[in-house]
Amino acid sequence: MPSQEFCLSPRECKPGQFWSLLAVGGLVMLGTLAAFFYLEHHGHVMTGMNNQIVWGLPHVFAVFLIVAASGVLNVASIGSVFGKKMYKARAPLSGLLAIAMLAGGLAVLVLDLGRPDRLIVAMTHYNFKSIFALNMIFYNGFFAIVGLYLLTLMDRRLNHWSKPVGLLAFLWRLALTTATGSIFGFLVARAGYNSALYAPMFIIYSFAYGLAVFILVQSVMYKWNNIQVDERILSRLKNLLAIFIAACLYFTAVLHLTNMYFAKQWEFERFILLDGGIYPLLFWGGQVFLGGILPLVMIFSRAGKSPATVFFAALLVVLGGHFQMYVTIIGGQAFPLDLFPGYAESSSFFDGVVHGYTPTIWEFLLGIGGIATAFLITTAAVRVLKFMPQDDFKDIELEAH
Amino acid sequence: MNEQNLKPDSSDRRAFLKAGAVATGTALAPGVLLFGVAQARAPGEPASDKVRWGMIIDTTKCASGCSDCVTACNTENGLSGATGPQDSQWIRKLNIRHLKSGVETSLPMLCQHCEHPPCVDVCPTGASMKRADGIVLVDRHTCIGCRYCMMACPYKARSFVHEPLTDQNPEVPRGKGCVESCTFCVQKVDRGENTTACVEACNAAGHKAMLFGDLNDPQSEIAQTMKTYATTEVRADLRLNTGVRYQGI
Amino acid sequence: MARVLHNLIAWGLLVLLASLLMAPAAVMAGVNKPVLERGKGERCVEDTEFMRRNHMALLKHHRDDTMRRGIRTTKHSLKGCVDCHASSKTGSVAASKEDFCMACHVYTGVKLDCWDCHATKPMKQYRPAATPRVTPLMVQQQGGQQP
Ligand code: HEC
Ligand code: HEC
Ligand code: HEC
Repeated sequence: MPSQEFCLSPRECKPGQFWSLLAVGGLVMLGTLAAFFYLEHHGHVMTGMNNQIVWGLPHVFAVFLIVAASGVLNVASIGSVFGKKMYKARAPLSGLLAIAMLAGGLAVLVLDLGRPDRLIVAMTHYNFKSIFALNMIFYNGFFAIVGLYLLTLMDRRLNHWSKPVGLLAFLWRLALTTATGSIFGFLVARAGYNSALYAPMFIIYSFAYGLAVFILVQSVMYKWNNIQVDERILSRLKNLLAIFIAACLYFTAVLHLTNMYFAKQWEFERFILLDGGIYPLLFWGGQVFLGGILPLVMIFSRAGKSPATVFFAALLVVLGGHFQMYVTIIGGQAFPLDLFPGYAESSSFFDGVVHGYTPTIWEFLLGIGGIATAFLITTAAVRVLKFMPQDDFKDIELEAH
Repeated sequence: MNEQNLKPDSSDRRAFLKAGAVATGTALAPGVLLFGVAQARAPGEPASDKVRWGMIIDTTKCASGCSDCVTACNTENGLSGATGPQDSQWIRKLNIRHLKSGVETSLPMLCQHCEHPPCVDVCPTGASMKRADGIVLVDRHTCIGCRYCMMACPYKARSFVHEPLTDQNPEVPRGKGCVESCTFCVQKVDRGENTTACVEACNAAGHKAMLFGDLNDPQSEIAQTMKTYATTEVRADLRLNTGVRYQGI
Repeated sequence: MARVLHNLIAWGLLVLLASLLMAPAAVMAGVNKPVLERGKGERCVEDTEFMRRNHMALLKHHRDDTMRRGIRTTKHSLKGCVDCHASSKTGSVAASKEDFCMACHVYTGVKLDCWDCHATKPMKQYRPAATPRVTPLMVQQQGGQQP
């Protein structure tokens, strides 16, 4: 058993580095809290958000984390639901990351509320017609179910429950991402969002973002413990990532093509794809090239077998995911609402003009607080419990054939 | 005819009014009198779904460059009147130019008080709400400031209060961190004035482009206008059945 | 020696506990109770003792009645409280720590958000901000161009 030879629990190895990790995460959190109290005092005037761009940078980070959280659970699902041993060994880490990232994403959403002091109101008043309220139920359920799932994985007496609970977690996460995508899909009034494709597209995105985050975290943990990742494992993860990236690109193309040819959202498509200033740049350069094509090329290049290449490919996917969220969330709002089709509009409330948005440091600090939250939860949990993937190489041998 | 609008439990005062209306109604113009009776609501009586408040805006009478309705709204509701990207605007003058013909029109844009308001549908806490009489409001005691309603509103009718406020109108509380929008001057309507600041200002300026009233009351001027002239809903394709209608576009 | 220390700790704990138990009694007995300016008029809108204990429930109930159902009775209205209880010094119910709606709350550590929105001074003292600055209708280019 390799677990005997290597130092898998960082507790015994490098406590100093553990504390420095905590310190880094804590420092970022401190910045986030400072930003939160600053904004709580002065109000959202100190952000770049306004009455036209009502959701800004914090939401880019938050929605990315939430979408990736549900996606990262896929690793566990492939193990439990589809019975792949290699993935099963990674199920605990996958569940942990799912919980940590969801917590991070939700924390950002809460910190950005106009009245965060009324969080209790949000917990006690539900409008069941609202997708948002529905999402809160899905999020809470996700914590409970994935928590339970982790328990069945880690407690040997409960092991036999891990399959049904894993299946439930899998179905739940599909529903959750559908609901998250629907937050945008149901905004019928806005040219950029009114599409039924949003829900399935978010599911595909979540596959790629989640797996990319998983690869990143696993790489760091291996490096941390001086473990050489097995080539077969790496190659299977990277191939899966490649499939997901390709699916993302495909779905993105389908969304824009249907918008153009069926929904006739010509103006909006021209804005986001061609002449909308920063947004086409972020779309083509960030989402499509950096987050899609480049990682694909890297994975299939001759260097694609090296752990470093896979690591950087995954990093690019995560980066591209943030670009995608920026284009989706902020680009979608920047395009003016068309109140009177066939007319040119102008007013003191910025009708008919592209809405400007310049984020400030405060909202950036709020946003990265989500990553810091997820990072701190993961770091602490990994230290006290065994989340390190431990492979039984016989199984991998078997599955390879 | 309109007597069924009266609640059976109406107070003595109202029973008296009704008797008076019936007695004199035959001699005088009955519609006008009964109309007055049906609208009077005692302070303790809740808003009723027999009433639906609405507005018709005649764009042919609306003067381009005139913003009296906006000024009046700001004064009534205690808005600063600033027009930066982060400032609240409950009503704004919109200039539109037909792309083909080049015809220009000016009109006020405000909360359309939809029958099926998207803001109410999406609000997670139920703070966005529609009163029985059709007025769409934000209950700012349960609004958490998530701004999903602003994403959902097809008319950009809502504003978020971005900074702390002081010296509010006691009749119109407003404050940081909540979303707000046109209330159809609910404080005036509930006082029985049955008009809004913008409509008063438009009339005072002699334009008479805005008309406020009960769409459900067949005798009301607004219902009569609705019946006689073609009116348009903005974004009628969304089927929201707006309470604000436009004439002349 | 150890025994003395032990006793000391035990007594210390006992005194602490006792004072904890006594604190609410002290509050009830009116020790250090905030001094309140008497409201205008003969009496409050409900029995004084009832108001002391239940004003929050009344306000919340009336708030929902007004907001959601359009009921405009004045008896339990927040505007009414402000009209009768505004301080003769500051003219407000919540401008200083001694003002009516602050005194007890500061004392008991209750923090209200009501005054973020609600005026703390009676209506008759309200002067609309000298003619709001309204820019004439103008086309603003907000860092963008006509699409
Ligand atoms: C008509 C004027 C009036 C109005 C309106 C009014 N009050 Fe009072 N209130 C008084 C007076 C006078 C007293 C003192 C009664 C006494 O000493 O017995 C009082 C006493 C009180 C007290 C007890 C103070 C103490 O000495 O402990 C509270 C609490 C209170 N009011 C709260 C309210 C609230 C809340 C409202 C609004 C719902 C309100 N009042 C509206 C006149 C008014
Ligand atoms: C974010 C703004 C906001 C805050 C904070 C707020 N209110 Fe209000 N309140 C309003 C608005 C808006 C109305 C509706 C006024 C109207 O329609 O006349 C209102 C109405 C009321 C009413 C009914 C009208 C009246 O004057 O009696 C009561 C009672 C009330 N609020 C109590 C409270 C209390 C108690 C608090 C603090 C716990 C509070 N409110 C905090 C905005 C606010
Ligand atoms: C006699 C002392 C006293 C006075 C005067 C007083 N309060 Fe209170 N109030 C309290 C206490 C004590 C509480 C806390 C009750 C609790 O926590 O259960 C409270 C709670 C409240 C709450 C509920 C707070 C919450 O978070 O739920 C509101 C609203 C409120 N007060 C409004 C007012 C207003 C408005 C006035 C002025 C008109 C006022 N109070 C004057 C003692 C007072």
